[in-house]
Amino acid sequence: MSENALKVTFSPKLTPVRPSAVETVSSDYTRADRLAVWKARWGINRMAYRVKPGLYALGSPAADSPVFASANYKLSFDALRTNLNGLNAWLLVLDTKGINVWCAAGKGTFGTLELARVISETGLEKKVSHRNIILPQLGAPGVSAHKVKARTGFSVVYGPVRAEDLPEYLRLGRATPEMRRVRFDFSDRMILAPVQLVNFGRYMLPAAALLYLLGFRADAAYTAGALFAGGALVPALLPWLPGRSFAVKGAAAGLLVAALIALARQQSAVQFAARALIYASAASFIGLDFTGASTYTSLSGVKKEMRLAMPAQALALATGLAMLAAKGFLL
Amino acid sequence: MKMEYLRGVSTLKLDAAKCIGCGMCAAVCPHAVFRIEGRKAAITDADLCMECGACAENCPAQAITVKKGVGCAQAVRMGFLKGTEPDCGCGDGSSCC
Repeated sequence: MSENALKVTFSPKLTPVRPSAVETVSSDYTRADRLAVWKARWGINRMAYRVKPGLYALGSPAADSPVFASANYKLSFDALRTNLNGLNAWLLVLDTKGINVWCAAGKGTFGTLELARVISETGLEKKVSHRNIILPQLGAPGVSAHKVKARTGFSVVYGPVRAEDLPEYLRLGRATPEMRRVRFDFSDRMILAPVQLVNFGRYMLPAAALLYLLGFRADAAYTAGALFAGGALVPALLPWLPGRSFAVKGAAAGLLVAALIALARQQSAVQFAARALIYASAASFIGLDFTGASTYTSLSGVKKEMRLAMPAQALALATGLAMLAAKGFLL
Repeated sequence: MKMEYLRGVSTLKLDAAKCIGCGMCAAVCPHAVFRIEGRKAAITDADLCMECGACAENCPAQAITVKKGVGCAQAVRMGFLKGTEPDCGCGDGSSCC
């Protein structure tokens, strides 16, 4: 057990911030931290990854040391402290109910009022001689810099989107345009795929197992295939799947997998057509849900897409099932 | 990757008359939707906007409006079922985002 893992506490209950108690943390990234990240991504006891809100000392900060704000989600806090290796700094952790900075900012829990509360309750103004706080840029949807200034006297400075850019940001004294933009690269997408696979696999894998046991082996394969298409292929192939709509991308991935399964199992055209309608609509539904993980979809866009996609998915599913039923009666 | 979602849906509006050219919108936007030209902010491509609301929240001149929300199908579904605004439900005991 590393010293660090002991010092960063994961409290399931919220503790009031005490001005007197400043805990010290290290910038080390340990094996325990790595395991915690993996578990969090697969949704294993996900909500246990809370850091106690309050003020932390990284190294041995002085009155003129910089102040960085973060969320009380372990992955957010770890990203901050490990990227400030070798620096003496104050880390101000907001109570975001264990949610990461960007999502919490969207909900307003990483917000103006909470920042003002933590500044005041930790007695930050007595700990530092300057009046600047560096926030992650993705905290901006919840924080109004000019209102924080008016309430607390502290100036909010938006740092880079990614904590890994902090050393370069501090060296330059400003963020480059590249640091200001979110990305959604292959690795960014794939670390979020397990969330989808767990969410839908919970229902679809038992369904596939049941179909297999009942003798519907092709449908067991199609069911698992739809989960794979919507949950793994959509994230992996997002830029290359056709269309801008996530529902269309999901349907395309579903059709591709369904076609491969039909080829492998040498299914007839009618059998394939019915399955393609059913399972592509399932993959489309899962693909549409990946909008929640994406870094660029808007609410207006998702609403528009859902108005068109949901009826289309329902219609495709009904048509496919009707075809199978008709075939059953005919044979 | 190129991050272009559906065209012509964003609710982002900029009132250039109110803009004081402070550059906060350009600093906080994660998709470089704004640029500052001639001491005024300008929208480069509204289709890149994800309606996160960072610009409007940090505009001291209240020159920007946008209907802020999460672009998440699950949130829209939950909001529809519960009769509330779209909410990703990432609260206690949930495992979202």
